Amino acid sequence: MTVELGHFALILAFCLTLPQAFFGLAGAAWRKPHWMALTRNAVVGHFVLTAIAFVCLMRAFYLNDFSVLYVAQNSNSELPTMYRLAATWGAHEGSLLLWLLVQATWTLAVAAFSRSIPEVVTSRVLGVLGLISAGFALFILTTSSPFERLWPAALDGRDLNPLLQDPGLIIHPPMQYTGYIGLSVPFAFAIAAMLEGKLDSVWARWVRPWTNVAWVFLTCGITLGSWWAYYELGWGGWWFWDAVENASFMPWLIATALIHSLAVTEKRGLFKSWTLLLSITAFSLSVLGTFLVRSGVVESVHAFASDPTRGLFILTFLAVCSGSALALYAWRAPLFRTDTGFAPVSRESVLLINNVLLVGATLLILLGTLYPMFLDALDLGKISVGPPYFNIAFLIPMLPMLLLLAPGMHAGWKRASYERTGRTLVLLLGVAIVAGLVLSLAVYGWHSVMTTVGFALAVWIGLAALMDPVSRLIRKQSLSASIVGMSVAHLGLALFVLGVATTESYRSETDLSLRPGQTAELSGFQFTMTKLGEVAGPNYDAIESEIRVTRDGEEIAVLHPQKRTYRVQKNPMTEAGIDSRWTRHLLVSMGSPLGDGAWSLRLQYKPMVQFIWFGAFTMALGGLIAATDRRYRSRVTADATVSTTTGVKAA
Amino acid sequence: MWRYLIPVGLLAALLAFFFVGLGRDKETLPSPLIGKPAPQFSLPSVGGSSPTVSTSDFAGRPYVLNVWATWCVGCRQEHEALLEIASRGEVPIVGLNWKDDMQLALQWLQQLGNPYVATAFDEEGRVAIDWGVYGAPETFLVDASGKVIHKHVAPMTVEIWEREFLPLLKVRE
Repeated sequence: MTVELGHFALILAFCLTLPQAFFGLAGAAWRKPHWMALTRNAVVGHFVLTAIAFVCLMRAFYLNDFSVLYVAQNSNSELPTMYRLAATWGAHEGSLLLWLLVQATWTLAVAAFSRSIPEVVTSRVLGVLGLISAGFALFILTTSSPFERLWPAALDGRDLNPLLQDPGLIIHPPMQYTGYIGLSVPFAFAIAAMLEGKLDSVWARWVRPWTNVAWVFLTCGITLGSWWAYYELGWGGWWFWDAVENASFMPWLIATALIHSLAVTEKRGLFKSWTLLLSITAFSLSVLGTFLVRSGVVESVHAFASDPTRGLFILTFLAVCSGSALALYAWRAPLFRTDTGFAPVSRESVLLINNVLLVGATLLILLGTLYPMFLDALDLGKISVGPPYFNIAFLIPMLPMLLLLAPGMHAGWKRASYERTGRTLVLLLGVAIVAGLVLSLAVYGWHSVMTTVGFALAVWIGLAALMDPVSRLIRKQSLSASIVGMSVAHLGLALFVLGVATTESYRSETDLSLRPGQTAELSGFQFTMTKLGEVAGPNYDAIESEIRVTRDGEEIAVLHPQKRTYRVQKNPMTEAGIDSRWTRHLLVSMGSPLGDGAWSLRLQYKPMVQFIWFGAFTMALGGLIAATDRRYRSRVTADATVSTTTGVKAA
Repeated sequence: MWRYLIPVGLLAALLAFFFVGLGRDKETLPSPLIGKPAPQFSLPSVGGSSPTVSTSDFAGRPYVLNVWATWCVGCRQEHEALLEIASRGEVPIVGLNWKDDMQLALQWLQQLGNPYVATAFDEEGRVAIDWGVYGAPETFLVDASGKVIHKHVAPMTVEIWEREFLPLLKVRE
């Protein structure tokens, strides 16, 4: 019964999005306060009903109700409870329901934390978010309902994809979705501003914390996904330029550009139409990502439910949602022209270059992801684009960006003068070059010019990021959350670059055959197989080996890599054994039996690899700190009236 | 202000491509090859005892053709499943190494295990075009009379093998 209750709640949740959209938009257009007040009620009701639907589905998983098709397809009575609950979003239908729930939660958050924002704006934003929710709810109800019954009920389920049976799965998709969908908030604010015909620095101040928080979630989601692929797929790679990874990376790049463009809009009232365009693009790319994953137009490891009807729905949704937003943009953007100028060397110009490079990188990735499809559609033949293209195409815009970052952070608005900071920056560059040479020559050994450049850039950016907060602390000046956040985020980028440069240049790996009692060596470590035996997990059987790692006779770690076979889906899975120290990882993964008790093993040495994820999480932390800045919470009073006049181009 | 129309124009072009792309959906459109004789080829071999691999080597018995490459993530994912299927010995698997590097391909087979009775090296992807390959991995089933009887796009799993491939083989025995 609860399953039907969940289905019914979902239908009602859809029904409530319509008054939310109507009263939100119409109430604001005709300035009817009681209509706008109704919008908030609809938001709360929609959230409660969506949550009920979600909990009902989760309950079916918890109780092993295999009379529900979706449960029978993605769960099993032997599946541990934790994974049974997480299996709720382990496939297409449930993950869309999660999507809707996250959308409802963001909408509720906007309704709750918008006291400092005029009711008309909030109402419009909620109305636009209502339209988006309506689209997704309709998508679930018409093409992908997780509440379909299976009659007669299955005796047991077909089990969750073994690849997804991992703690990473429990948090990666919700994080990723929260980030994707969070971008609908700046999107909705952009629509509201265009409908009102007013966009000023106060508007930018409203949007910035929302954009930051969405970006933080997206950053964490992508990082968790990369970490999960690294250890669960057992190959030791951290990024594969897979179509779905690209689909999550493109909105991230645009959101990063948006964060920087919003800074200019807030501080200087410039880049207004550009900011609007980025807000629309960021969310559109999130929806495009969903389309790519679920329609089957591009092949991918993640291609978990490709179905042309679903693809067509998302395509229509994208056309309506982004099409109308961009049409509105074409009509209203000329209103937001500003004639204020800035010097060729100024923070504005640096941020403009940053934006151009980030958008350029996004276009190159989009081209690489879609190129095979374009050619195919034009009957020009079939080609495939692999990592070699992406590695080079991405590096081309990123290298100048990293070069500009240190001086860019210290450029002043309007006209940059490096009188005060110039000498320190040059000094730090000198330190960075020395550090880069020391790292690449003395610590790890010469690899290539690019490696040394990477080291030096990482050190330079890291030191330059710390310059401002450190000098303020020394002079006992106050530090705003914005400044700390920016420093921390850029420091995170530096750590990330350091991790990538080291891992990609100095990793080593070897494949060999080992039997109990034998020893192998890699990068100065000795790996001895001490045991080999069978173990049984809750829903899998595994061969587990025990590997003792020693260095110069001293024991460093005991690893237990496994080769698992999941009983239902029968797919073999590699569970790597990892010894993690902050400067390196040692990975041991089991290949296949070679007879006589010998196994093929893959040993990997990955220096500084954690810095990749640690750096990315530090970036996210920076974004979070910046979002807590006090000026975002204060109610806007005096300067609101001043800046509204600059909103529309002066007549 | 025509330049403000550029974004919406770009979106329209993109959507048009997607629409065409959807119509060409690979999983719902059956391969035109199904039921037709398998395209013949003779290519250099990756490793193996003989210098070339050709379709005539397998004439008269059913075989599986698996298209793979070392740059393909899905191929890595399905590799374990291919090893399992090969170990059962029901039908030989022929590899078609597509647009790849010989050295990398050899390394791959040494490191991850070799499920293939032979691997053909299709450096320029011509044979793959004959077979209508959209992307790696793809797996074809060819029966004893040399006709393509099934095609699977996306990584193979043991489950798919048992559900989609084996029954077809059994019927023809």
